[in-house]
Amino acid sequence: MINIGEVIETNDMIEKENLDVRTITLGISLLDCIDSDLNRLNEKIYHKITTVAKDLVAVGQSIENNYCIPIVNKRISVTPIALVGGAACKCPEDFVTIAQTLDRAAKTVGVNFIGGFSALVAKGMTTADENLIRSIPQALATTEFVCSSVNLGSTRTGINMDAVRLMGEIVKKTAEATKEQDSLGCAKLVVFCNAPDDNPFMAGAFHGVTEADAVINVGVSGPGVVKTALEKVRGQSFEVLCETIKKTAFKVTRVGQLVAKEASKKLGIPFGIIDLSLAPTPAIGDSVADILCEIGLEHAGAPGTTAALALLNDQVKKGGIMASSYVGGLSGAFIPVSEDQGMINAVEDGALTLEKLEAMTCVCSVGLDMIAIPGDTKDTTIAGIIADEMAIGMVNQKTTAVRLIPVIGKGVGETVEFGGLLGYAPIMPVNQFSCDAFVNRKGRIPAPIHSFKN
Amino acid sequence: MAEKNLDKAIITVVGKDTVGIIAKVCTYLSQISVNVLDISQTIVSGYFNMMMIVDLSGAKKSFAEISDGLDSVGEEIGVAIKCQREEIFEKMHRI
Repeated sequence: MINIGEVIETNDMIEKENLDVRTITLGISLLDCIDSDLNRLNEKIYHKITTVAKDLVAVGQSIENNYCIPIVNKRISVTPIALVGGAACKCPEDFVTIAQTLDRAAKTVGVNFIGGFSALVAKGMTTADENLIRSIPQALATTEFVCSSVNLGSTRTGINMDAVRLMGEIVKKTAEATKEQDSLGCAKLVVFCNAPDDNPFMAGAFHGVTEADAVINVGVSGPGVVKTALEKVRGQSFEVLCETIKKTAFKVTRVGQLVAKEASKKLGIPFGIIDLSLAPTPAIGDSVADILCEIGLEHAGAPGTTAALALLNDQVKKGGIMASSYVGGLSGAFIPVSEDQGMINAVEDGALTLEKLEAMTCVCSVGLDMIAIPGDTKDTTIAGIIADEMAIGMVNQKTTAVRLIPVIGKGVGETVEFGGLLGYAPIMPVNQFSCDAFVNRKGRIPAPIHSFKN
Repeated sequence: MAEKNLDKAIITVVGKDTVGIIAKVCTYLSQISVNVLDISQTIVSGYFNMMMIVDLSGAKKSFAEISDGLDSVGEEIGVAIKCQREEIFEKMHRI
């Protein structure tokens, strides 16, 4: 029988250490909505989402009440829209109407984000892919809840540099299109290498074509819980440190598994995966950077940061894997800047640079995330940063991502406020040397040698 | 075997210790036919912590109503009362 110590421990995690379930994400296939008539396509998409997801928010709330565990976000991911809209959309403006339909559907069912305004162009772009990509700035400027992602490369295919170059432009145009809101559109736009089909986290969630008609994926959280557990083992060996992280990750993940199974049962939709990511929020005490400090660094970004993060990421997975029947998505520690108070402090104090962040992405999920850069950064420079990050993912057979926000009208030293879970960020300097001649080459970077495994 | 038919929840009470906390909570539970299976209590950093394992299978009210009812009882005595299904603790602390 459960004892009072265990009950107090669990409730302290929830009440004092910000333990929550970060998201229940309902993946919905829109492949059966495909139609060559744009109006009919939009109607079918709206109807399918509002039918399948009608109880999602209510079920989420009832689980919260039953267990007194906050479920911060209820979200939807859909089949990449470039695939769904290809037959009906003849120009970027046509794709914008689908984004608006998704937004309307999200509003109706009460979710706070809908992901999947996406294109998968790791090797090449179809006309539909390119039209969707070109529609992104307007799509994100005219919607509230839609998130967009583009997969630009993979270990098996190499990197589509034409798409990388185009995304450099598109990120900038999205920033321009939403400049009245401090370029907020870019916070809802992410590019990937090796994008997973079952990621529940925004902005990169989409419902992959390998998935069933509908599926429940859950993202757990709990940086504050790990931090508190580590406070009790200060100065002890790496063995003790690692064991402590593993045990904590196990407990956190079990809660996610429980919530996922409950949601699956109540909605009558199969359970897909748990994403084991340590996802921070701007709330005090809910920071991955603070865990790095607790491990022994003065600030995130100090020498030793990459090693500490590698250790943390690995132990979180080792602890979490046994706690869940199916693990997937991104599963690792997130290191967004604006969404993590410890990371913000590290940048403000000069401890953390873009280059160190890039090194950190080699050993954790996911990538250069929620980083504000000067609004006058060149398109080709953004493309160059994206290419670097894609290369890290391609060669290391892992998911990497880039979510940069060139804040129009602002420069280094200023800050930008996104609000809510997106937080605020100091604008970071970018290397000023040019990569134009590199980025402007046409074609793609071939797949690396170790991808040829057959 | 009897375990199977139980619908277990954990009620926790946290607050300043005063006379009659357990009595008031138990009175409420008996009015709505909730059976108490186990009670334990401890003091953590000066605060009174009580945990009850209860069986809701014969309860006259829904889980949400019981939760709200306990909230009101808590307000009346000046303590925080929470009702949670047992699985969250079971899953977290047992393999």
